[in-house]
Amino acid sequence: MAELQKNSLQQSRSSVWQRELRRLRQNKYLLSMLLPALAYYVVFHYLPMYGVTIAFKNFNFKKGILGSDWAGLVHFEKLFNMPSFWKVFRNTFIISFYKLIFTFPAPIIFAVLINEIGGNRFKKTVQTISYLPHFLSWVVLGGMFIQILSPVYGPINLILGKLGIKPIHFLADTSTFRSVLVVTTIWKGIGWGSVIYLAALTGIDPELYEAAELDGANRLQKTLHISIPSILPIVSIQLIFAVGGIVNDDFDQVFNLYNTSVYSVGDVLSTYIHRYGLVNFEYSLSTAAGVFKNIIAFVLIIATNYASRCMGDYGIW
Amino acid sequence: MIRKSRGDKVFDAANGIFMVLFSITILYPFVYLFSMSVTTSPATISPFSLLPKPGTFTLDNYKQVLSSNFVLVGYKNTILRVVIATVLVLLVSVVTAYPLSKRNLPHRNVITGFIVFTMFFGGGIIPMYVLMRSMKLLNTIWSLILPGLIPTYSMLLIRNYFMSIPNDLDESAKIDGANDYRILFQIILPISTPILATVVLWTLVGHWNAWYDASIYITKGERQVLQAILRQIVVMGKLEELGGDANMAVTPDAVKSTTIVVATVPVLCVYPFVQKYFVKGIMVGSLKG
Repeated sequence: MAELQKNSLQQSRSSVWQRELRRLRQNKYLLSMLLPALAYYVVFHYLPMYGVTIAFKNFNFKKGILGSDWAGLVHFEKLFNMPSFWKVFRNTFIISFYKLIFTFPAPIIFAVLINEIGGNRFKKTVQTISYLPHFLSWVVLGGMFIQILSPVYGPINLILGKLGIKPIHFLADTSTFRSVLVVTTIWKGIGWGSVIYLAALTGIDPELYEAAELDGANRLQKTLHISIPSILPIVSIQLIFAVGGIVNDDFDQVFNLYNTSVYSVGDVLSTYIHRYGLVNFEYSLSTAAGVFKNIIAFVLIIATNYASRCMGDYGIW
Repeated sequence: MIRKSRGDKVFDAANGIFMVLFSITILYPFVYLFSMSVTTSPATISPFSLLPKPGTFTLDNYKQVLSSNFVLVGYKNTILRVVIATVLVLLVSVVTAYPLSKRNLPHRNVITGFIVFTMFFGGGIIPMYVLMRSMKLLNTIWSLILPGLIPTYSMLLIRNYFMSIPNDLDESAKIDGANDYRILFQIILPISTPILATVVLWTLVGHWNAWYDASIYITKGERQVLQAILRQIVVMGKLEELGGDANMAVTPDAVKSTTIVVATVPVLCVYPFVQKYFVKGIMVGSLKG
């Protein structure tokens, strides 16, 4: 009896393998298509992921990642004991928080206003203009804002001068730099950010508006009671993701606008990691800061994805 | 249509004026920069009319920028990068997205998870640099193309699009004896042009604008891409690369502005005609697959 059982177990085990092999063979073309991707993700994603061990080693280029000596948590200890690190940490959250408060609502308001424009041609033109900055790099925009905000003959300061205000060195003054970051973020992203809300607004059933009109609702009432509630679900999803991305400071923007005189207010995690790694050549310390940032980002994204799933079927994966 | 009330008219007018002012705010810096690029004395540009003082008009800035090898080399390298990257990205992304869209793919969830995980966790810049160095890819165009060979988000969008195509289409092709490669390239791809156009444009813009990777991996001037060169000139103020000619009556800021204009004009020319495809893409992307 026991013999028999063992036999059938062996048989079923081998048939599991056979079935699996048959399944793989049947799908050999599909599977072969995945080979380049497999190689790509292993080499360019998982190998560098292993590279984060640099943070736990005394890395030097001659010995390589595998050959360098382990250092334990020394670099993390050093990092957490550096006052400059906590300053940068604070800057990151303060700037992200400002951006959340001011740049998050901007495209929503813009979308609602655009939606109220009657003329189709005018609407299209404004939209096309508003998307434009999104397609330019921060190198171009950084160069542009350096000129526009120049204290010597930048037009903004010329206009302020006509109003009797002394020239402001916007990009080198610790009291204005963060505002510049916020305003330029709005300027670059307001149009493109409105696309998703406009899509939601144009998807609203026109019968709702017609019914409201019959009941004597005016424009403002229709906006407040139909338009805004209809886009509220997408707004809350976007808000959740914006909160989830709070640690992802905009490296390109800060890096192309900041300078040594505003490091105290403008230096953020990503620029700090860049400078320690590629300017000061403190590879292990820089990687440790990167790992720290990555962990926070990862936790935030998992939490926000969970939150958005709770709100409906809108998770990213 | 119900007759417009007075309040509505006032609102329409105010909204219209706001939109015009808004558009001016967006366009103003571009016009200002252009004015700077055609004058000998940027300091005389009026902040309101944006016109330089009469008599200061010049094209010397353009002569200087275009005669320097630097910007042209950047253009060449950027175009090369953009073309190779777009072709490879599209090809590999499509070939990856197709099997992932098939429900009968063995271990589909495990494979998808393996890929999606990389969207949320990465090694960071130092390990990437070490990898590039040990693969001897530094100072080659491949250091700019291979790390982004599969833009995971775009690839998943293509997958979602494939999944929305009715299955019976390739079932019947399979009965006729076509293998998966033929089905993908001859049946699926021709009907997927909307999503492919979007991914192509995203890749184009991404590679045109990319500068950080190049500023790290490329140290040889003759291999450098346009945006990284632009950054050296405009943000870091290295004008000597432009071969500053003492005889030319140019100011550094005018030359900087000219360089920005020269580097941005192609985008401005193409942009109005293709922007609708980008918008379409974001719509596709906002739908969950």
